[in-house]
Amino acid sequence: MELILDILTSICFFIGSLSIIIGACGLIKLPDVFSRIHAAGMIDTGGTAFFILGMIFQTGWSLITVKLILIGVFIFFTSPVTSHVTANLARQKNILPVGKKIGKIL
Amino acid sequence: MKSFILFFILFSLWLLMSGHYNVLIVSLGIISCAFCVYVAKRGKLIDDEGLPIFFMPRLLNYLIWLFKEILKSNLSTAKVIINGKVEPETFTVKTSQVTDVAKVTYANSITLTPGTVTTKIQKGVFEVHALNSDFGNDVRTNEMDKKVTWLEGKK
Repeated sequence: MELILDILTSICFFIGSLSIIIGACGLIKLPDVFSRIHAAGMIDTGGTAFFILGMIFQTGWSLITVKLILIGVFIFFTSPVTSHVTANLARQKNILPVGKKIGKIL
Repeated sequence: MKSFILFFILFSLWLLMSGHYNVLIVSLGIISCAFCVYVAKRGKLIDDEGLPIFFMPRLLNYLIWLFKEILKSNLSTAKVIINGKVEPETFTVKTSQVTDVAKVTYANSITLTPGTVTTKIQKGVFEVHALNSDFGNDVRTNEMDKKVTWLEGKK
């Protein structure tokens, strides 16, 4: 049983670190602010979710599990707010996104 | 009624976070939770916006669907970053929600799925930036908009 849990944890950590590495590459590679936010969002959702899931497999059912889930919930609620604030500030400074615009933009 | 629900949520959070169940700690928890509820009540913070309990019956269903979407778009964002096929596009979508909380939920859900970000908000219209036309089409089909309106349950 412990072996299965260990294997599940390593799989989760592997997927999580993979998505963080790809997100970090995207942060450098993508063309402008708005595109880079997508890469940061990938780190926020995919990376942290899989890391927390992997840690939950290690703790089993205890109060620490609840705390880990709460960390996940708070990141889940705050990360889109920070992304939106970054994007909105860039728009307020009149930075227009690269690429095509469909229809009238606000 | 809503004050009791807020007290219940705060106090269960206290019990889960502390892990000590002797008389002193629990009574301190009751006192501080009651004080928080009193302050919130005096500041008129306990309304539909501060405590959106009308979401609760359908929330689990929506969250499962949202997690599925986040997983899918994580995969496609990783593909786009590796391939380098980046064709960013900006467009506006109309929203059909009534309350502000539901609009915030919709905007947050768009931002939470990687590949789409809400950049600007005006009355009933969101400006969305997408990494690729595939992500853009996902938002433009209004599937998520319908889901959030259903979650709100006011129509």
